[in-house]
Amino acid sequence: MVLQTIWFFLWGLLWAIFFITDGFDLGIGTFYPFMAKNETEKRTLINAMGPLWDGNEVWLVTAGGVTFAAFPLVYATMFSSLYSALMLLLFALILRGVSFEFRGKVDHPLWRKTWDTCIFIGSFAPALLFGVTFANIFKGIPIDQEGIYQGTLFTLLNPYGLLGGALFVILFLMHGSLWLTIKTQGELHDRAKRYAQKLWPVLLGVIVLFLGASAVFTDLYNNYLAHPPYFLIIIVAAAGLLGIRFYLNQNAFFKAWFASAVTIIGATFFGVSGLFPNLFPSSIKAEYSLTAYNASSSPLTLKIMLIVVIVFIPIVLAYQIWAYSLFTHKITEEDLSYEEAY
Amino acid sequence: MDVVLLSRLQFAATTMFHFLFVPLTLGLSIIIAVMETRYVRTGDKTYLQMTKFWSKVFLINFALGVVTGITLEFQFGTNWSRYSAYVGDIFGSLLAIEASVAFFLESTLIGIWVFGWKKLSPKVHAIVMWLVALGSNLSALWIMIANGWMQHPVGFDLVNGRAELNDFAAVIFNKFAILIFLHVIAAAILLSSFVVMGISAYHLLKKQDVDFFTRSFNLALIFGLVSSIVVVIEGDQHAVHVTQTQPAKLAAMEAHWETGTRAPIILFAIPDEKEEKNIIEIGKLPGLLSFLGHHDFNAEVKGLKDFPKEERPPVLLTMLAFRVMVGLGTLFPILMIIGFVIRKRLMENPWYLRAMLFSLPLPYIANEAGWFLAEVGRQPWIVYGMMKTADAVAPISISQVGFSVLGFILIYGLLGFAGIFLIATHAKKGPEAASA
Repeated sequence: MVLQTIWFFLWGLLWAIFFITDGFDLGIGTFYPFMAKNETEKRTLINAMGPLWDGNEVWLVTAGGVTFAAFPLVYATMFSSLYSALMLLLFALILRGVSFEFRGKVDHPLWRKTWDTCIFIGSFAPALLFGVTFANIFKGIPIDQEGIYQGTLFTLLNPYGLLGGALFVILFLMHGSLWLTIKTQGELHDRAKRYAQKLWPVLLGVIVLFLGASAVFTDLYNNYLAHPPYFLIIIVAAAGLLGIRFYLNQNAFFKAWFASAVTIIGATFFGVSGLFPNLFPSSIKAEYSLTAYNASSSPLTLKIMLIVVIVFIPIVLAYQIWAYSLFTHKITEEDLSYEEAY
Repeated sequence: MDVVLLSRLQFAATTMFHFLFVPLTLGLSIIIAVMETRYVRTGDKTYLQMTKFWSKVFLINFALGVVTGITLEFQFGTNWSRYSAYVGDIFGSLLAIEASVAFFLESTLIGIWVFGWKKLSPKVHAIVMWLVALGSNLSALWIMIANGWMQHPVGFDLVNGRAELNDFAAVIFNKFAILIFLHVIAAAILLSSFVVMGISAYHLLKKQDVDFFTRSFNLALIFGLVSSIVVVIEGDQHAVHVTQTQPAKLAAMEAHWETGTRAPIILFAIPDEKEEKNIIEIGKLPGLLSFLGHHDFNAEVKGLKDFPKEERPPVLLTMLAFRVMVGLGTLFPILMIIGFVIRKRLMENPWYLRAMLFSLPLPYIANEAGWFLAEVGRQPWIVYGMMKTADAVAPISISQVGFSVLGFILIYGLLGFAGIFLIATHAKKGPEAASA
């Protein structure tokens, strides 16, 4: 029981880390065609995430892998139920990844335009799909007692699912603009700051709407009412949101980005804690739901994996922090002139 | 066409596409690390130029390897969910360990390496490349442990309708896994040597940057020579192990129908799977199959007829894949030994340079054939002897799989063309253009 509970929250944590790391990449990729006015600005945007996006994306692989390892039945049911959505997500992520590498290699407008489009699709689609998918999981998925999905891709596109999609897109847009305020200077920097300032009330609105809609469409609040300390999570998320505004006005951009990360963790854990112990709830009948207890691996596997995670995740975090610390400087013309730059 | 077949085709195509890029990542990362280390040790700028030139080839290839790898991890869930639920306790944890121990390392440090030339001391920068190489190869180790478990499952109990881990050490020290890991790594280094030698040969034939490409060629030659011999020795050990663990695969590899002693190797045959015999047999070498499988010319080798029909792999495909792999595997050390003999007179032997240029695709074919043999030869099992592929598929509809197959064809088509175009363009340019 204890192991399964630990793994449930570790599972949530890994997703949260993925959202705060790759989240800013996905956000930048989404406003990339709109914010960047010329080639230099485009390259600045890409190079702002250049050294980091690849390592960030591995959090997704790890979150997926850990789902497989700790909750095989959830992995099997979730991934096959969400087949089409996941495939679209994978196609998008493939396009995004190669675009960074390919785009700068040929100096031809059509070539660059092609990969520009791929960067946008490859960033916007995943942001949206993650939101839609997680909102649907919060709401419950129509799976029967065999764990077979009774729906289509369009079942997921219900109002609450779409609201979740909007929430994620805006969270990532905010996270991305704040990252750019750290990484850019001059006009681009000012523009990124204005983006963040304009996004803030939108984000506030969508978060309030989502918190309200969750009361109507989901059972998430049952856990909160049963354990009132859970409400702290919402307070933390709110504090993060206020922090963004506060630090942005102070021009403390790194702190603002950090506050945005706190908001994302808060948003993720708002849902994850409300779900507990459900990992993949059935909207057909509560008994068909997959939980941390009925869908987990054997105690031995959970123990071994826990040791692996306790030993290696701090090591990973250490070298990722090193990578981040190497690349927090503002991107200059000189940086873009290096042959290694994207 | 049903969901099982279409899912199999999708998995086969996406894995084989992925594996066009993996071996070069594994091998070239090591070769580049050696080049950069030599630069740091000697201060010789040519080694720096070499590092930068070959890293361009490496990075395009690396990006393709990374993005095509992620889809594989997810397909176990999307298309093979019954398999995933059945083996997740073991197989899933191996994939999760791969991500946290290895994939993170290579993916994070490659970013540092590419963008860190001005930020790190040359020494630290070279160490970062070694860590990229370590991460990539460790990643291969965990994937091969996972694949090794599908080939020869160990260290588990069948409880609660699934395979549950009972001996982690048995899983990670699975002899089958260790053997295929060594085979894959040696083959990857061999392939990478061929790529470096082939591209170098192109420039040497044109008499461009002779010093630069002679050094590149000769460095790769050492890797190629050693790995081509290791592949053969190791492959031989592996054949003996397959004989013990997967006798049906061995029999299919050789289209060997009747159990008997002094079993022959037939150089070429066309099997008739319905009539359970070979229609055509060319070149019968008595006792050689017994020797291959048991290192004893008189040993008994079980024939296909002794396996139930529904537990035999497709004979023709398995046999052809084996022949392609072994044929090329025999050619490679010969090419490398010739190269070693004339290594100081490369420019006087354009025929050899031409041969190496045109041989560039061959190790790719050999690598793919090896995987084809390993995976098709394992059929009808997804986990050998335990679960059949047909029972592993997810409860999804044919239209869903059709949609994703179409998507993969379009996207991988685009990627394949763009990637090959970029690598070829860069390879033709030569080192000046690279450091301009």
